[in-house]
Amino acid sequence: MVRRRIVSRVAETLCAGAVLLALVPLALILFYVLRQGIGALNIAFFTEMPKPVGEAGGGMANAIVGTLILIGIAALFAVPIGCVCGIHLAEYPDTKFSSVVRFAADVMNGVPSIVVGIFAYGIVVLPVKRFSAIAGGIALGLLMLPIVVRTTEELLRLVPAGLREGALALGATRGRAVFTVIVPAALPGILTGILVAIARVAGETAPLLFTSFNNRFWSTNLGQPIASLTVQVFSYAISPYEDWHRQAWAGAFLLVAMILTLSILARISVRGLEKMNRP
Amino acid sequence: MTTFATEVATRVNAKPADMNTTTPAKIHVRDFDFFYGASKVLHGISMDMPDKQVTALIGPSGCGKSTFLRSINRMNDIIPDAHHDGLIEIDGKSVYGGGTDAVELRRRVGMVFQKSNPFPKSIFDNVAYGLKIGGLRNRRQLNEIVEKSLTRAALWDEVKDRLQTSAFALSGGQQQRLCIARALAVDPEILLMDEPASALDPIATAKIEELIYELKDNFTIVIVTHNMQQAARVSDRTAFFMLGKLVEYSETKTIFMNPQQKMTEDYVTGRFG
Amino acid sequence: MHRHFDDDIEAIKDMLLRMGAMIEDAISQSIRALLERDTQMAEEVIARDDEIDQMEVAIDKRTIELIAKMQPAASDLRFVATIMKITPELERIADLAQDVCERVIELNREPQFKPVTQLPQLAENAQKMVREALDAFVRGDAMLAREVIRHDDVVDQLTEDSFRALLTYMMENPRNISPAIRLTFIGKYFERMADNATNICEMVVYLVEGKMIKHAAPDNR
Repeated sequence: MVRRRIVSRVAETLCAGAVLLALVPLALILFYVLRQGIGALNIAFFTEMPKPVGEAGGGMANAIVGTLILIGIAALFAVPIGCVCGIHLAEYPDTKFSSVVRFAADVMNGVPSIVVGIFAYGIVVLPVKRFSAIAGGIALGLLMLPIVVRTTEELLRLVPAGLREGALALGATRGRAVFTVIVPAALPGILTGILVAIARVAGETAPLLFTSFNNRFWSTNLGQPIASLTVQVFSYAISPYEDWHRQAWAGAFLLVAMILTLSILARISVRGLEKMNRP
Repeated sequence: MTTFATEVATRVNAKPADMNTTTPAKIHVRDFDFFYGASKVLHGISMDMPDKQVTALIGPSGCGKSTFLRSINRMNDIIPDAHHDGLIEIDGKSVYGGGTDAVELRRRVGMVFQKSNPFPKSIFDNVAYGLKIGGLRNRRQLNEIVEKSLTRAALWDEVKDRLQTSAFALSGGQQQRLCIARALAVDPEILLMDEPASALDPIATAKIEELIYELKDNFTIVIVTHNMQQAARVSDRTAFFMLGKLVEYSETKTIFMNPQQKMTEDYVTGRFG
Repeated sequence: MHRHFDDDIEAIKDMLLRMGAMIEDAISQSIRALLERDTQMAEEVIARDDEIDQMEVAIDKRTIELIAKMQPAASDLRFVATIMKITPELERIADLAQDVCERVIELNREPQFKPVTQLPQLAENAQKMVREALDAFVRGDAMLAREVIRHDDVVDQLTEDSFRALLTYMMENPRNISPAIRLTFIGKYFERMADNATNICEMVVYLVEGKMIKHAAPDNR
């Protein structure tokens, strides 16, 4: 009796300790980025272009817009393909083709992002001999794709089989059942998956270095190099100028805030989905 | 004041206790076998289910009664590796015949499942689902049919003020009645029920049973149930299945008062096994 | 909530009431046949007994079916039990009315013998008890049922009185013996009917209150 209680108490303590240990670095990072970044954050950071070296002030307006454009291209490319693939995997889980697709997606998920960058460089940048927003978007899209595929599949499978049977029993064809009942049932979850995928790629730097490159000027031309927060932070951080360092911190803070917001949004919508699917 | 004489006077012209008249078979089954891959789960089932009556399928778990029920509207089609042999006819037309489309068939043969499975949509959209996929867009007609179906399923009064709220906000018993309303909305001829009350409390169960009793005026009902008393209460005819075979099929009162087979006797008296 | 079980119960009640009506007719006709020496009416009553017997069988069947299909509980169960106990009592009353009529036919074959006895009064009291027993059942009136049960003593007394009177007639003149014995029997039949009515009333009390008062001490009734 007593022994059991002691063992239980010790185990609990160990678990709590491990959790704390894991949380400490996270908290430190957040705290440090917040402390360093918040000071440099001001309206100008969001609205102004980078100033030339030596001039104080300026902002990252072009990089913020660039990041949004890159993510937009990535999503435009990865979401439709990923969802269709996911639906296929969920609907025909046992075919040979499906297991190949699933395996491919898992492998892609594990490929280092820099390798994806090189791939995009090889197929998009080299032929036209120019860095471009399109190339960066495709690189990010390739990183998003496996996440979207797998979350879509998993979430569709979470939809109770009874819903499909209910639809079929009312005279729905298989396709009708999928698109009018099963996908809508899983939609909040799928959107969550997409948010998670976006959060994952929004922080990528490596694949952008030799695809979208960087641009010190305002550009929304998809055929031209484009600035992005991550690359901007990277180049400012390795520069020798104190002012740029401060701006890099602000950019880093903005990135963290963005990703955190996306993650929290995803969390909330997962909770919503669970409520929906648990009658 | 009621006296014996006044009571007799009011009752004497009432219709006599109805005798079970035999109606023509709605569902006709001959030598029906069913296989999951190599294993045979139904062996030579032959039975005729009369129109506008309730037929109950009873038997121990795994006896094949659910598989048989799902063969009637071809829900088993979606199971890979499953195949059948023999004949199931509805109104003389083969269910598995070349001229019968499974999707079309399921519109005529509605189904209610063990676990209530409302769609993640509003109450209204749940009931209207079958109509919408059938191509009905006219708002007025949709409203009418939704109301009629919910009324038939004895749910209208409970939900009429919140048709646009999620179906998941309903209680378990209400959800099951919603699923019945949803099945009724497409105006099927036959209603298959796979243990429709097994997940419900006694009050909700009693409501579903009353509903079944009401519905048989307009629909031919086949119900699978684990609950023998339920079969006794709601059905006109009862089929006892065992190990994939139809052991005995007869009027419900015969099955429960004077079964002809020893196995049936043992099952309904609980002396089983 | 409406239960279709109630429809079944009503149907059975219907059948029982129809049977009760037939029995009331049988009793009143047997009394008239007795008082008016009406052989034809007596024969009619005898002929109609078969119908009542069939009704009993039909009620039994229907009730057993109801038990098999509905597994009645509580007041439903008491109702079904009551029906199953009342029906044979009613059938027995019908048989007694038939017996009365048989004796009437025999009496009518002999010269008229019109003694002064309590017999008509006895018959009317027995008839009244049967009618009130059925009323008590229809209304679920345990008070009335208890009243009917108490009334049985009156009938017993009347039976005794009419027996003594008939005995006197027999002692007066041996030629009276044959009809007087038949009349004694008839008195006994009506007394039996009152007993059957009492039994019905005991079941009515059971139906309403769930109390078995049969064979209980008078204070526990």
